[in-house]
Amino acid sequence: MTTPILTVDHLVVTIKGTPVLRDVSLRVAPGEVHGLVGESGAGKSTIGKAVLGLLPRAAKIAGGYVMFDGVDLVGMGEAERRKLLTKEIALIPQDPMTALNPVKRIGAQIIRPLTRHLGLSKQEARARALSLLGEVAIRDPEGVLERYPHELSGGMRQRVLIAMAFSTTPRLIIADEPTTALDVTVQRQILALIRDLQTRHDAALLFVTHDLGVVAKICDRVTVLHAGRVLEQGSCAQVIEHPHHAYTQALLAATPRFDRPGEVLAPVPAELAASLWKEAASWDAQHPGGAR
Amino acid sequence: MTDAPLMQARGLTVALPNRAKSKVFGPPPTITLVKSIDLDVARGAAIGLVGESGSGKTTLGRALIRLLPIASGSLLFNGTDIAKAEEGALRPLRPKMQMIFQDPMSSLNPRLKLATILTRPFEAFGVPFPDGSRRDTAARLLDLVGLPTAFVDRYPHELSGGQRQRVGIARAIALEPDFIVADEIVSGLDVSTQAQILILLKELRARMGLTLVFISHDLSVVRALCDELVVLLHGEIVERGPCAEVFEAPKADYTRALIEAVPLPEIDPAWLGAPSAEA
Repeated sequence: MTTPILTVDHLVVTIKGTPVLRDVSLRVAPGEVHGLVGESGAGKSTIGKAVLGLLPRAAKIAGGYVMFDGVDLVGMGEAERRKLLTKEIALIPQDPMTALNPVKRIGAQIIRPLTRHLGLSKQEARARALSLLGEVAIRDPEGVLERYPHELSGGMRQRVLIAMAFSTTPRLIIADEPTTALDVTVQRQILALIRDLQTRHDAALLFVTHDLGVVAKICDRVTVLHAGRVLEQGSCAQVIEHPHHAYTQALLAATPRFDRPGEVLAPVPAELAASLWKEAASWDAQHPGGAR
Repeated sequence: MTDAPLMQARGLTVALPNRAKSKVFGPPPTITLVKSIDLDVARGAAIGLVGESGSGKTTLGRALIRLLPIASGSLLFNGTDIAKAEEGALRPLRPKMQMIFQDPMSSLNPRLKLATILTRPFEAFGVPFPDGSRRDTAARLLDLVGLPTAFVDRYPHELSGGQRQRVGIARAIALEPDFIVADEIVSGLDVSTQAQILILLKELRARMGLTLVFISHDLSVVRALCDELVVLLHGEIVERGPCAEVFEAPKADYTRALIEAVPLPEIDPAWLGAPSAEA
């Protein structure tokens, strides 16, 4: 593996003393898509937030570190972090409606970070915005710049946000369930677009999703989480097609497939879920306050 | 009579006021969301209604149980035309047609205990509690959907998403309806919880002989539960048929595109394809 751009090492995050991430380690290399998958409450979004420095106030990083290109993000000052986040790390959020300012035209929202953080002139920024919208295959970039978010469809809004995420040529992108709110045909287009841009920019992508199908289609490597613990980590092909952990196998067995109508659906067995929670509790007991 | 479909729509058209285009004076223009649909729902069938956002699947589902007015066409429920029926005439039929909503949090009154929520349908229709008391009736319904009977004293916010959806199902089956419309009831749930709800619905179907119209954007979920598929696009049916046939050999290009867009958990580098322009 080439030198990772993002290294999460033995990360422990607590909220009011209760661990929500329990000793999470992962590495993402440039040009690689790393999936974070698990059920709600597994901590997959929390990892993304820890990297972005967007953890809620009640949350505390109790142990471990997050390194971006050799720099420790946890111990970093606010100003320094901001600088890094505006240029090097970008976010593609889940809900394209709430992520865009409803009272500002699309143009103003794309152009502002370009003039502010990249020091482009207004004309340069506008030209850049147009080429970015072209890159995300929007047919009428000029027209879209003049629109308000509510005038665009969900898929179009997500294209705009992807354009914005790539606008500062970041080296790491965090995508948090970016296609969950979209129709399947639009989801497919958006996934293809994200993968294409990520490959061309040789960016690292941390892809948060609950959908193992989406993981299979876009990820190179994947981490399976439960209760803030890493249960399985490996290449996408291995984890999806030859999962080692019983929990990964159970998630796959619970996922209906139209091509296998005869297969009996099975929820994650209660005993398995109980034993996983027990393991999490015993981790807590061995690490009071999240200390390692 | 038993061979006749439970629900039969002919030329069913739904047009609603288009509030986005409302004028200062006078009524807003109407927009036709469901266009002249013919649909037979056989007794005991489970029909999957699929399509993308804006296809009219929710509108059609709501119109079938007359939660929406019908602009034209006929709609026979158990042989009675309810297309133009007034609320007063619909009222005796209401207990027989129920709906399960997508978001149980917003469809369950947060200030009421489950005992009250689950027994409201009996009070609303002046039906005596079948198990004598309110609590016993609610407890039986909870048991029917696999929840602990002690939940009668809980409030909706004390439940998980999957548990709340079970309460939504329990309320819908309280009056032993013949016909249920379920609108995206498993979207937003974790896969494991989704599997539990699908298993429960299958069980209830078998046990109560329910007729089900299941609205979903997820074709894999529909395949797991339904035996027939109806594909909607822009308010019109583009394809319909038994699931086994439609999934094997879709006739409409649109159906094929929908099926191919479902991301299956298997490695297929060609699936993503080249990025395309916005539709």
